[in-house]
Amino acid sequence: MSEYEKPLPVLEGFSADFYGFCKQGELRFQRCSECQAWRHVPRELCAECGSWDWEWALSSGKGEVFTFTVVGRALHPAFAEDGPYAVTVVQMDEGVRVLSKVQGVSPEELAIGMRVEVGFEAVTDAIHLPIFNRVSA
Amino acid sequence: MKEACIVGIGETDYCRKPGSGLSQLGVQLQASARAIGEAGLKASEIDGIMPFPNLGRAEEIAANLGCENLRYAATIHMGGAAPAASLQSAAAAVNSGMANYVLLPAGWNGYSGARVRQTVSQDVSSIPGGAIARDYYLPFGFTAPPQWYSVMARRHMHEFGTRSEQLGAIALTMRKHAQLNPKAVMHGKPMTMDDYLASPMLADPYRFFDCCLETDGGAAVVVTSAERARDLPTRPVRILAAACGQPYPADEITNRRDIFKTGLTIAAPEAFGKAGLTPSDADFAMIYDCFTFEVLQQLEEAGFCQRGEGGSFVEGGRIELGGELPVNTHGGLLSEAHVLGMSHIVEAVRQLRGGLGERQVKDAQVGVVTGWGDFGDGSIALLAR
Ligand SMILES: [Zn+2]
Repeated sequence: MSEYEKPLPVLEGFSADFYGFCKQGELRFQRCSECQAWRHVPRELCAECGSWDWEWALSSGKGEVFTFTVVGRALHPAFAEDGPYAVTVVQMDEGVRVLSKVQGVSPEELAIGMRVEVGFEAVTDAIHLPIFNRVSA
Repeated sequence: MKEACIVGIGETDYCRKPGSGLSQLGVQLQASARAIGEAGLKASEIDGIMPFPNLGRAEEIAANLGCENLRYAATIHMGGAAPAASLQSAAAAVNSGMANYVLLPAGWNGYSGARVRQTVSQDVSSIPGGAIARDYYLPFGFTAPPQWYSVMARRHMHEFGTRSEQLGAIALTMRKHAQLNPKAVMHGKPMTMDDYLASPMLADPYRFFDCCLETDGGAAVVVTSAERARDLPTRPVRILAAACGQPYPADEITNRRDIFKTGLTIAAPEAFGKAGLTPSDADFAMIYDCFTFEVLQQLEEAGFCQRGEGGSFVEGGRIELGGELPVNTHGGLLSEAHVLGMSHIVEAVRQLRGGLGERQVKDAQVGVVTGWGDFGDGSIALLAR
């Protein structure tokens, strides 16, 4: 097993599916088969129209920084050596927002509105976290 | 409409080092016993208890105090919004006959006991959102309240031009008020804007001094009907109205269509409407100040100013004693102690009873108390003398 010590998602239920796609290099969100509304985080049914029919729809992977924080003092021991590190909320072009990080951009450069595109970071054999890279606008 | 009243308040000492010397339960019991005693009641008359979520159980509180006639036990699961929200339920309970005297206890060893950073890493279920946070937040280092809320603060700065100095004005006001409160942990420790700006960034835009204290201590209040209150020794403080609400979705902080719409956005108009008052009728406000921006945000959502105007509203001494709307005259979570929002109710009661000396809001008739918890749950109570 890996020596990776940070918290990992638990591969159960919808999260097993979500991260299973990530491992294949795909960012997918639920999309309602009835009203076509995208949603994240995963839910049992569509809160817009009440439909239980949905699919794991492939995201364009593109979006922009909606907001972010730069953590200067970690409050979780596994991140203690990381500071300062940025945590970013990305607004996908499909409309859903996903919490992640933008790699290769210093906390000082990070800005709301920055265009980003998904990538995947294999932190263990099983878990590939969806992370983002800056793209030119 | 039938009113309920707060007839007893109680507090422990508030401290960091060397710690309360009591268990988490003991802290709550000491504050509770003082509140019951002040109300002129015997523990056996307390027939309702509303414990703070995840910190106390009615059974053990009752068994320790001697509440042998307990009938009503309920917890409002809203984190720091629970105390003010519980006033609403306690008022309903005493006015419907479900209970005669309801005790609202809160307290913990927030300094000497388990710290927030530990509970999160050891017990994911303690986080609002549970498995959502576990699977979609924690892997990215989004693990603790200052981080969760800082993304809202950042967005507010982006949309409305809110500045660090305006967050600092809130921190400085709480610290200034604490200088008038000998119970406050920050009594005798004044702070300047330079101190504030020089404090280290914990979760940008939150600096160290944007964040609440971690302290040991407890507070409690007793609620009864207006009728019963007449026979008790304290001057009753009337609960004109109270309400609570949740953001949507409440279990996930990033996917809100309107990121500034929180529980208070729903609760405040309800409470003001029921009381037949507007925010401008308030002589003071005790705003749940887990972090500075949450004060600004709640002032906006409660209607004390328009959304986006909170930054300028908190400047120029407007929220200081002597200003238009004194906020947190005890020093709040930022500079008195972190008593989970119950000390905000206690201070509001003291203000409305009067006689607080240089800390007294002049001619205080009506006061507002808010609560904020979890991922933005909100509550509000309008109190009057
Ligand atoms: Zn739908």
